[in-house]
Amino acid sequence: MTPTISVTDLSRRYRDQAALAGVSLTVEPGTVTGLVGRNGAGKTTLLRIITGLEFPTAGEVKVFGAAPAENDAVLRRMVFVREEQAYPDFRVGHAIRVASWFYPNWSTELAEQLLADFELPLSRRIRRLSRGMRSAVGIVIGLAARAELTLFDEPYAGLDAVARQLFYDRLLADFAEHPRTIVLSTHLIDEVADLLEHVVLLDHGRVALDAPAEEIRGTAMTVTGPAIAVDEFVAGGRVWHRQRIASRASVVVPGPLDAAAQARARALHLSLEPLSLQQLLVHASGSAVEEKVSA
Amino acid sequence: MPALDEGTPLFVQIAGQLADDIVDGQLAEGARVPSTNELAAFYRINPATAAKGINMLVDDGVLEKRRGIGMFVAAGAREHLLAMRRKLFAEQYVDPMVAEANRLGIDSDTLLSLVRGTSVSNGGKTQ
Repeated sequence: MTPTISVTDLSRRYRDQAALAGVSLTVEPGTVTGLVGRNGAGKTTLLRIITGLEFPTAGEVKVFGAAPAENDAVLRRMVFVREEQAYPDFRVGHAIRVASWFYPNWSTELAEQLLADFELPLSRRIRRLSRGMRSAVGIVIGLAARAELTLFDEPYAGLDAVARQLFYDRLLADFAEHPRTIVLSTHLIDEVADLLEHVVLLDHGRVALDAPAEEIRGTAMTVTGPAIAVDEFVAGGRVWHRQRIASRASVVVPGPLDAAAQARARALHLSLEPLSLQQLLVHASGSAVEEKVSA
Repeated sequence: MPALDEGTPLFVQIAGQLADDIVDGQLAEGARVPSTNELAAFYRINPATAAKGINMLVDDGVLEKRRGIGMFVAAGAREHLLAMRRKLFAEQYVDPMVAEANRLGIDSDTLLSLVRGTSVSNGGKTQ
């Protein structure tokens, strides 16, 4: 099957700064992929190139098997909701109607339901909306478009926790009924972790991690207990991070731990806890120092 | 099945909770189980993850697919699950309990009388 998105050796430089440096990845059809990473990691640049808003300095992007830039046949099959999306000076209802003309799979029914869910005032001008309500307009358009490729770039500026949960629930429900390819760029990783099937972590313009979400879950464990026992447990192994308070220590080790290691930890009275996706990405982003511990 | 924790993969947790319902009799043999999409919406997880959990139970012969209708609890599913869980009981419950008893200096006679006392206070019920 042709990947929905296929990116090969992609680079983008702005003057002397590399926003993307040799990025390669594929996004399979019918999956929800999380594009995560710190601010400035290159997420937005990558999405802008995928949606044909920007040209790469080097490398290749294919969407539905073809180059997206200035390619109407490709672009009409995708919707891109940007962070702090700018709109013409329309009223909400008008903006939604205009959007409906652009997307072949547009669902008026879903749009109406979402407008009601987010309590958007149809007759108010968009520039008079609060920041959160403006984000909600983008979310309504992004979901109601039902585009084969749906890209959200930090779509929830100003949205509170309740509205974000509403977004996740509606996204999941509509994705289940109408499967499509979704890319969600976000730094609220733990909030979306369970929605994702695949995770791509960008760090300083490079792909630091590209794996199924389920696989990432067991990639690292926190081992906590008496410092002596912790030292004995990790002796000779790799340690990503260590912390110590009085006689207790806590270390992060790469996982998954096999049954023998788990039994050894139990025998040493150590507690094992997997890292959440968010914590894991903090470590994978290289902000933690890897140290080698010798016995 | 031990208490579910964060470290257990999501699809295993989904399978475990459906299996719990079957063992407890809340999902009778022949009953329809929730669809992948229903599970995804309820647990707020990706439908592919929910499908993986369901497929795990299908592979174990606990659920069976009836084409075009949905997923159902297979005949003999409860007995099958009980047999699997009894096999794991010593490893998952007794071993850690004995280890902790040793750590606290509780001898085996005291431990046994504690176990007997607990089952008496539960009305002697065995689950």
